[in-house]
Formats: sequence, C-alpha cells, structure tokens
Amino acid sequence: MNHPQPPETSNEPLAPGQRLPESERNELSPEAVAEIHTIMAKYPDKLAATLPALHIAQREFGFVSLSAMRAVAKAIGIPEGHVFGVATFYTMYQKAPVGKYHFSVCTNISCALRGAAQLLEKVCEKTGVTPGEGPSPDGMWSVEEVECLAGCGMSPCIQVNHDVYDELVDEQKLIEVMEACKRGDYRPWAT
Amino acid sequence: MAAMRTKPDPHIYTFPGFGSETFPNLMLRGAGDLNNWHLKVYEQQHEGYVAMKAALKMAPVAVTDEVKASGIRGRGGAGFPAGLKWSFMPKDTPERKVTRYLVCNGDEGEPGTFKDRVILEYNPHQLIEGMIIGGWAMQCAMGYIYIRGEFLWLIEKLEAAIQQARDAGYLGKNILGTGWDYDLLVYRGAGAYICGEETALLNSLEGRRGEPRVKPPFPAAKGAFGQPTTVNNVETLAAVPPIMRMGGAEYAKIGTPKNTGTRIFGVSGHVKRPGVYELPLGTPMDFVVNDLAGGSSTGKKIKAIIPGGASAPMFDEKDFDCPLDFDTVKARGSMAGSGGLIVMDEDTCMVQATLRLIRFYAHESCGQCTPCREGCNWMEMILYRIEHGEGRMADLDLLASLTPRISMRTLCPLGDAACGPMDSALQKFRHEFEHHITHKTCYTTGSRLLSKMGAH
Repeated sequence: MNHPQPPETSNEPLAPGQRLPESERNELSPEAVAEIHTIMAKYPDKLAATLPALHIAQREFGFVSLSAMRAVAKAIGIPEGHVFGVATFYTMYQKAPVGKYHFSVCTNISCALRGAAQLLEKVCEKTGVTPGEGPSPDGMWSVEEVECLAGCGMSPCIQVNHDVYDELVDEQKLIEVMEACKRGDYRPWAT
Repeated sequence: MAAMRTKPDPHIYTFPGFGSETFPNLMLRGAGDLNNWHLKVYEQQHEGYVAMKAALKMAPVAVTDEVKASGIRGRGGAGFPAGLKWSFMPKDTPERKVTRYLVCNGDEGEPGTFKDRVILEYNPHQLIEGMIIGGWAMQCAMGYIYIRGEFLWLIEKLEAAIQQARDAGYLGKNILGTGWDYDLLVYRGAGAYICGEETALLNSLEGRRGEPRVKPPFPAAKGAFGQPTTVNNVETLAAVPPIMRMGGAEYAKIGTPKNTGTRIFGVSGHVKRPGVYELPLGTPMDFVVNDLAGGSSTGKKIKAIIPGGASAPMFDEKDFDCPLDFDTVKARGSMAGSGGLIVMDEDTCMVQATLRLIRFYAHESCGQCTPCREGCNWMEMILYRIEHGEGRMADLDLLASLTPRISMRTLCPLGDAACGPMDSALQKFRHEFEHHITHKTCYTTGSRLLSKMGAH
C-alpha cells in the first residue's frame, strides 16, 4: 500500500534494487569483511551470516544501500538477489539515509492508548522531520513510526538509535532526550 | 557497541505477597536488580545452576520426563505442552547419529507483550540454564537464541552472560565431565513480527527472509539447517530451572491441573500500574487488572480487555472475571496467547483501535499467502474508510465476510491473528462502527489513537 513511486522516467526501467538511494562508499572495510567471515564460520551454513552481515554493513555505510547489499553478497559469497531479498524484507535495515539520531516511535495499540500518536506528532514538530521523507537538512534527526518495541508497560515508548526510552508522556522528557543527543551523550547512528 | 542499559527498567514487577507460596516468583526472581545478570549474583542469591548440575547427573530422558510431569505448556502463545514437544525429537540410533538443535524464540513482537524483555534484562542466566538443561534433555549439539534486533542492549548483556557461563565451564566442550559438547549462539533479528512464528524464525536464523514454512515437516523432523530442532519461548525455557529445582510434580501443583505453573502477565493501556506480574495460571483477570494494576487510570469504566496480546479476540465486560489460563480463555472465545493484557477504557474508539491493530497485521504480513497479504490490506483500507467518515453500512458485512476467508487459510497463524480482533470488535462493539458510518465521527470522546503523520 505504501510503496513509494519509482523515480525513473527513462524508457529503460530500473531493477527494483536500483531504485534505492546510493551511498558514497561501495566497499566494506577489511575489518568488517573479517568480522563477517568469523560469523560465517560459526554456523553450519554460511547463508546464516546474511542478517548479521547486513547489520555490519548498515553500521559501516550508515544505511543499507544497493552497494552495501552487493558488498555483503561478495563478502559471504552468495547471490546478490538473496541479499536484496533479505535486506528489503526486514524493517531494521534502513534502505535510505537516516539522521545522526534516528527516532523510532512505537504507535501500536498499547502506546497509542497512552498518547503515542500525539508523541509522534510532537517528535516530528520538534525535529522538523516527516517520517519517510529522510533526515532533517542538518542531518541530525530522522523519525520513523515503528511497530511494538516491547515497552508496552511504560508506554509510549521510543527508541533513539539503539537506546530505549519509555514513558515519554510529557513533552519535557522528550526535550531532555533531544538535549542529551545534541550534547553527544548518546552514541550517534551507525557507530 | 552500545553501552549496556544502566538505568533501571521502569516497569513494575512486584506487589504485596509476591514471592510467597500463593504467588511464587519463579521467573521474576530478582527483577529490578540490575546486577542480577552476573553469574556470581545468580549463583549466590538465586540458586543459580543448581538445577543444571542436578540435571546433568540425570539421564536425558529422565529430564524430559520431569518437564512432562510439570505439565508446563509453551508460553509463546499456542500453549503446547513443552515436555511433549521435547519428546518428539528423534533419538540417535546405532545406524544414525542425529545433530539436534534447540532454538530459543526471543523475537518478542506481539503488541502488549513485554515479558521476555524482563527475563533478558534481569535473569539472563536463568534462560541460559534452561537452555543447557533443555539441550541436555534432547542431547542437542547447539542452542541458538534468536532475539529481536531492537533489543541490542539485551543481546550484549546475554552474550556477556553466556561468556561468564562458558568461563565457568557450563558451556563448551565436555561440560562438567559429562562428555557432552554444547554451546549457545545469539542471533540478532532485524525487525519482523512474523519471525516470532517458529518456522519463519528458523528461516530467519538461516539468513533468509522470515517466511513461514509449509508444515509438515515440523521442526522436530527438519528444523534449523535441515536438522531436528525444538523451538521454545524465552519464558518456557526460563521456567525449566525452577521445575528441575522443585520437581515436576511440585511445579504441577501451582496453577490449575491442566494449566500448571506461573506465567508472566503484562498489563498495559489504561491502568494505574501497568507492568509485568508473575502469577499462577488461572488467576482471574479482574484481580490482575483491578487489584494488581490498580484499575482504570483515567477514572473511566473499562470497556474492553485484550487477554493475550494483540492477536487475541477482545473481551467485553461480561468476561472480565475470566480466569487466565489457556483452556478457560479459549472456551470464552479468545486466547491466552502471550499473556499481554491490553486494557481500554470506555472513551476508547474501537474503530480506531481496530484500525491500528489491523494496520499492524497488514504491515507485518510476510506476503507469502494471498488471503493474509491481500485480506489484511483490504481490512485496513475498509476500516480507514469508516474511520474517515466515508464508510457505508455494507462495509460491516464486507468486513465480516473477509475474516472467514483469511482465517485458517494461510500457512501460519498471522492471518488468523488479524481476524481475532476484527471479528470480536465487530461483534461486541458494532454500534460504534455504525455510529462512525452514520455520524462520520467517533462514538466516544477519547483522545486520538492514530497519528496525523500518516501510515508508514
């Protein structure tokens, strides 16, 4: 339902993967490749390294671009098509650039009952970002509406990069979290 | 790597009488204490690894029998007897040695459920101990713990805890002189609700898209990496050490005869003290919601409760006394599911609540089976139309006609799960849907449940 419109206008249609935004780099670092090879050795089948390798590629590239997927396929030695399929199936692989601080706001039922919809609007207002429209111009913030973060008991719940913050019922708490991000108290995205 | 979470989890865990004989604390023992994940603390204060050492001296089949005797039913949602599941694993024969795997399902994604997170946060060693006992009972070669990707800080904690267990000689080669080699690996998911379904989880573990498999073959015949596999929920495996410590027969005395033991219930939504409460199965729902969680937080009457995570059909007032065990909840037309209670007060607009739930299923459908992929999307679109004042009376019959075409017609229960809330909301709160269609506005006055920022 919510698939974005393909941007190409030429007579030669692009393959689905090629419609994805491109990243600046296209090679994994040797350390990352070594890390992927270590993971491959742990499992009976090297294919099992696909998900962990994509997490590593996301950390290196900032988001899972087409070249990140290609680099993963090359590092593991599996068909590119398999990696495209996996990367586009899972929502935690960002297929477009995100901000330095990526806000995942849960708006599912338990959080919604305690004001998640209003919280999401507040986050968008404070950061000046609309979900799905990329990061703010300064590259600082991005916002995503996500499904249950398993913080239902102290909802509404948001996740900033990889840290979870619960019970953000009042605006003050949100401002505190954002201030802490600006001070650099939390780890930026992809580190 | 991220720093491990150092601030306490704000969830509420305890209540007066918790830890007594009436309300034993088998899984939430030590919850709230952030140092509890250290091996030292677990061993010194919580009888850690006592059960494992005893189990490793027993014959594997005797361990399975003990779990069978406890009568524990799987805590992931379906409520299948865990001991029986363990006994399905093929044994070694003189001609054929089998590589078996034990997989722990920690892909907690059901809205309203947040129990596994608490076990991983405060009691990871109890899960590890349960995985070792289970691995011994089935003579597994490896144990995989699949954790949802969002729980990065818990994954780090669990990996650190596993390393402590490895250093203590509880994992690795020739564990405690038994000649048995076994180790644990943590696998990080990447954000897909469907991976909570066991065969989808196995596909994901193998590095594929999380699409459920055709059954049979069941995982006990052909599971992870083509080998016989048992998949158990975090909570089920965390319950194994207490079972071995107290003995299956003693554990079976907790709860009701066919629904034994304790279970972690998560209460969320419009209550004063939302949180996780470990209670014997069969505890009445109104006791959990009113006495423990403090009743309605808004001062308004409670209108509906979802008794087992978002997939369970809703209960209205007349079922609020329902004892929370697998059989009674099922007999009353819902399911005990994952034990997440979602409480809604009378100001909640049921059209919005249902739309929010169905949007979740439409988003999380893996897209493999047409009834679920198309059906959930259509239900979302029809509900969206009703919510935005463009509904027609015929839409209600249309919605009612869709659910039997999705339910039981898909490979996995995700389609059925979407039909639960849809059907029950239509049956029990039809007047709200009709009001929405005729008056083009909510029947209730509660705050908005859907954001204006649009769907993702």
